[in-house]
Amino acid sequence: MQLDAKIPEGPIEKKWDSHRFHLKLVNPANKRKYTVLVVGTGLAGGSAAATLAELGYNVKSFCIQDSPRRAHSIAAQGGINAAKNYQNDGDSIYRLFYDTVKGGDYRAREANVYRLAQISVNIIDQCVAQGVPFAREYGGALANRSFGGAQVSRTFYARGQTGQQLLLGAYQALERQVQAGKVKMYPRTEMLDLVLIDGKARGIVTRNLVTGKMETHVGDAVVLATGGYGNTFFLSTNAKGSNATAIWRAHKRGALFANPCFTQIHPTCIPVSGDYQSKLTLMSESLRNDGRIWVPKKKGDTRSPDKIPDGERDYYLERRYPSFGNLVPRDVASRAAKAACDEGRGVGPSGLGVYLDFGDAIKRLGQRAIAERYGNLFDMYERITGDDPYKVPMRIYPAIHYTMGGLWVDYNLMSTIPGMYVLGEANFSDHGANRLGASALMQGLADGYFIIPYTIGDYLATTKLAKVEADHAAVKDAEKGVKARLDKLLAAKGSRTVDSFHRELGKLMWESCGMARNKKGLEENLSAIPALKEQFWKDVRVGGAGEEFNNELEKAGRVADYFELAELMCRDALHREESCGGHFREEHQTPDGEARRDDENFAYAAAWEWKGEGEKPELHKEPLQFNEVHLTQRSYK
Amino acid sequence: MRLTLNVWRQKGKDDAGGFVKYDVPDVSEHMSFLEMLDVLNQRLILKGEAPVAFDHDCREGICGMCGFMINGQAHGPLRGTTVCQLHMRHYKDGDELWLEPWRAAAFPVVRDLAVDRSAFDKIVAAGGYVSVSTGSAPDGNAIPVPKEIADRAMDAAACIGCGACVASCPNASASLFTGAKIAHLGFLPQGQPERERRALAMVAQMDLEQFGGCTLFGECQDACPKGISIDVIARMNRDYWLSALFSAPPSAGAAASG
Amino acid sequence: MSSTAPAATQRITLFYQDYVGKKVAMALSGVVLFGYVIIHMAGNLQIFAGREQLNAYAQALHANVPLLWIARIVLLLAVGIHFYTGISLAGASRAARPVRYQVKGQRHPNLAGRTMALSGLVLAAFIVFHILHLTTGTVQPAPFADLRPYDNMVNSFRVIPVAGFYVLSVCLLGLHLYHGAWSMFQSVGFNHPRYTPALRRFAAVFAFLLAIGFSVVPIAVLTGMVR
Ligand SMILES: Cc1cc2nc3c(=O)[nH]c(=O)nc-3n(C[C@H](O)[C@H](O)[C@H](O)COP(=O)(O)OP(=O)(O)OC[C@H]3O[C@@H](n4cnc5c(N)ncnc54)[C@H](O)[C@@H]3O)c2cc1C
Ligand code: HEM
Ligand code: HEM
Ligand code: SF4
Ligand code: F3S
Ligand code: FES
Repeated sequence: MQLDAKIPEGPIEKKWDSHRFHLKLVNPANKRKYTVLVVGTGLAGGSAAATLAELGYNVKSFCIQDSPRRAHSIAAQGGINAAKNYQNDGDSIYRLFYDTVKGGDYRAREANVYRLAQISVNIIDQCVAQGVPFAREYGGALANRSFGGAQVSRTFYARGQTGQQLLLGAYQALERQVQAGKVKMYPRTEMLDLVLIDGKARGIVTRNLVTGKMETHVGDAVVLATGGYGNTFFLSTNAKGSNATAIWRAHKRGALFANPCFTQIHPTCIPVSGDYQSKLTLMSESLRNDGRIWVPKKKGDTRSPDKIPDGERDYYLERRYPSFGNLVPRDVASRAAKAACDEGRGVGPSGLGVYLDFGDAIKRLGQRAIAERYGNLFDMYERITGDDPYKVPMRIYPAIHYTMGGLWVDYNLMSTIPGMYVLGEANFSDHGANRLGASALMQGLADGYFIIPYTIGDYLATTKLAKVEADHAAVKDAEKGVKARLDKLLAAKGSRTVDSFHRELGKLMWESCGMARNKKGLEENLSAIPALKEQFWKDVRVGGAGEEFNNELEKAGRVADYFELAELMCRDALHREESCGGHFREEHQTPDGEARRDDENFAYAAAWEWKGEGEKPELHKEPLQFNEVHLTQRSYK
Repeated sequence: MRLTLNVWRQKGKDDAGGFVKYDVPDVSEHMSFLEMLDVLNQRLILKGEAPVAFDHDCREGICGMCGFMINGQAHGPLRGTTVCQLHMRHYKDGDELWLEPWRAAAFPVVRDLAVDRSAFDKIVAAGGYVSVSTGSAPDGNAIPVPKEIADRAMDAAACIGCGACVASCPNASASLFTGAKIAHLGFLPQGQPERERRALAMVAQMDLEQFGGCTLFGECQDACPKGISIDVIARMNRDYWLSALFSAPPSAGAAASG
Repeated sequence: MSSTAPAATQRITLFYQDYVGKKVAMALSGVVLFGYVIIHMAGNLQIFAGREQLNAYAQALHANVPLLWIARIVLLLAVGIHFYTGISLAGASRAARPVRYQVKGQRHPNLAGRTMALSGLVLAAFIVFHILHLTTGTVQPAPFADLRPYDNMVNSFRVIPVAGFYVLSVCLLGLHLYHGAWSMFQSVGFNHPRYTPALRRFAAVFAFLLAIGFSVVPIAVLTGMVR
């Protein structure tokens, strides 16, 4: 298979404009003859469904929650980047583009990232017009903050609830189209398979999560915006329902999966407290603007933090990275925390934690100012841990947070299956090997509001699509396959719960395919995971029936997919003999412990093709060219 | 610690339900309430019983998916806290708890503690938005918004749509939810052009969905995990009656041009 | 959004259909009743100025017949609207929760708010009795004389159950207004972060004064202060 990214010709700043001009348009009167299936109602899916409906297409929109407003995007706290340069501090589209390519450790496609930076400006305008209550200055202008290692203030935010407010904007736009009759909404509906006809994506098989009934929906194009696969690790900052099922089924139907091993670990999460733990809670990265991170200098120092004098504390980020200090990018901060804990200097009952201390900031700015900036985060921390961060330093530890990998898409966001588009976190596109803070929201909305509406039109205008009936053989086939799988899960009646398997898988992944990876661990995983999967299919106990509300059955189906995806992640991590961004191979580091990239051999996106059950997947490479941003080793010293 | 739970079990919308008693012997104070239920469910599954169904997703108090009554209180006893963020350290050994689903005609039970809140979506669909299609927006800073106004809009916009207000209101009224959306958009300059239509349409929909009326009991604002104030209800009432009585009839010219 | 702005004739009925419209009707009729009871209380308190003063006041009020009937009709309308709407709102609220909670755990100890319908119903019964008692003289616990309220009150409040029922009713009126005199402003949307809390205090003070102002009359008769 030849991967064609369809990157337009011309200078980087003209590519998107000239591409848009060359895209074919669907005649306005014809738009209502097309039906687009949009799976997912997060920032990416919600904005896409609303915009496509505004244009006149018929849209069917699906989500697993009881309302589209609850998609996981709602949890994003920190903010959204845009190259508005409202602060006059030297920002520009080019600088945002540059920062993102560099932040992604040179594993993203330049043309895509440039387009993202261009569109970022329109996103803010659109969201303001929708009534998103962004933070404001006293004069009424939009406020910004700097975020996640950026040296300019370009992050727009709505208190600590930016994702919520942006999502509500998209959700409201979506509901407006529901009211107008252009969108038919299917909440509590899970996509379980993709239907291909004549090699094109033409439908999906879904399960109604209330009644358990199987349904098939056919259309002219399919858009997947189902979010990331961080929950492969069991414990992550993702919502419990976030899953990889939709993209994994599409992968098994022929869509290539790119860079599965690029996962992001977020440095500031609340540490694990016990083995009943069901998820990890993120504390916004913005805390690092004022909090200082430290561990005791001595190993095994169990004194309470206030008893440890300043001289015996190791502010290791400030020490190792004097110019960025506590604001180094996520991957760097996370690895440094792990290193400190591996040395035995971790804090808290488990020894897996470091302090994030606001003592100095409170002294300098006063408790009022700190409460104003971080009050809700502090409250949340106290609710969960029972500790008061105004008095005792917070304890934090890294956790799985975001997945840069995903289904491979070209410049038009189309996967290797014609007619199937992938948006948001579900695709692999713009973040390379590491995502900068506040850029996922930007990408989701760019994809949904401003890219897919153009590119899907070109496909529909230029492709001959035969009418498909709901009883087409391919449809029946897919339905049968889905049903057989659910029956098999229900029939196992073994002795272990779904969660117990998921936890075990998560542990394997966190240990060997998490913050740091090595050949040995990955190879062990490659034999342990299939074995666990086999045991799962034999020994899982789901209970209940297929045709009813059955949470366990939902979980079981998702975990079954995680096994296969986890294997691919390990395989990808093993093959990538370099360290870059979120992917840190212990074999490839500089003498002082920094990641060492290998641009000579690995400056490509690794896109894997499913070859069948038990078969090795095939690797396809999309070479990456860097004409604008020169390849240099990232340094935050 | 050890707890006794009385959980409302109901197979489906039209089935009769009832309390079932469970003994949970090994509760840790660091668990969240939902993690405690996870532990119970794991045990039920292995015993071949149906686990307790409850809605949840983010487990960090923002998606609004979780929620049920604990001893008659929506989201449990802690103020400003969703049940997913309620930790067991607030209970003590030997406590006996009653868990019931949200109860309202507009929120039929789906199963056990999970209910159907799609009535909320319909209220929003009736008018809870600014009708601005993608691409037609002016520059973000072209519409200045005073900080105080933006802050108050944000206060109202913080609603997570959990339904605790309805569940706790003696009238099962959705006024706090609806008022919050009307206030959020009504504060902002962007929301002004449709302010009248919005209030009329959303209030009418709220009635259609069979929510009760508001007698300003104030229970909802105490139960709301996001601390939405009943001030938004007064704003909704004002927007409603001003629009109902004084909104301008469509101009003849507009009618003629279709 | 459906096209709104209906013709003027339809507005009122449409308006009243939605529950917020009903609330506004409640508040407006409530305001009328609220105004009336204040004036009425002031009138009653003239009992302390002596028999001549109060009876003369009553006779003066009845002298202007058209005005009297206009006032009565407004009052009757207000009571009618208030009663009918209050009952229908309470009914809708019950219907909104067909299955009740088995365990109750209210957080907001709002006794007055929660008993509006109950206190209202007792008030309705009171008003009927009261008019039959002191206006028409149909019910006569004690001898009745037309347009001599001083004597009528003194005579009947010596009967302890009558005085007791009056005191109880006006206390319930106080309770009704403790919530109602605040909530009517919210119903019409008078709300301001600065003034709303002051309104709460205003309602509490008025409710209290009304309850006291009304009950001193039967109590004064009972205790022999007025005879
Ligand atoms: C705690 C947290 C904080 C974050 N903070 C920030 C931040 O400050 N700034 C930033 O830029 N990014 C942040 N991110 C990342 C960002 O929020 C996400 O990457 C982004 O929101 C993903 O959006 P999405 O639309 O791709 O997917 P999601 O929002 O995850 O939506 C997925 C949708 O797909 C549906 N779905 C999933 N599977 C199926 C299926 N099988 N069938 C049917 N429907 C399905 C779901 O119902 C949902 O509607 C944060 C992430 C987390 C976890
Ligand atoms: C006829 C007997 C009465 C009945 C059945 C009655 C019933 C009610 C009810 C049920 C409410 C709450 C309505 C709601 O918000 O859902 C209410 C509110 C109110 N009542 Fe009455 N009531 C009666 C008499 C009175 C009297 C005599 C007064 C005043 C002197 C009064 C003043 C008010 C006021 C001010 C409110 C508040 C209105 C609002 O919140 O908008 N009521 N009444
Ligand atoms: C202790 C308390 C009260 C006393 C002593 C009292 C006394 C009286 C008297 C003496 C009259 C007759 C006046 C006349 O016909 O000349 C009267 C009339 C009336 N009272 Fe009261 N009253 C009391 C409380 C109330 C309350 C609480 C209400 C209303 C909620 C009320 C409503 C009325 C009405 C509607 C009339 C008839 C007025 C008319 O149309 O003539 N009263 N009252
Ligand atoms: S107003 Fe409060 S209680 Fe009601 S839905 Fe919104 S967040 Fe929940
Ligand atoms: S409790 Fe109910 S009555 Fe109104 S103020 Fe809240 S909605
Ligand atoms: S699970 Fe999301 S708010 Fe509780």
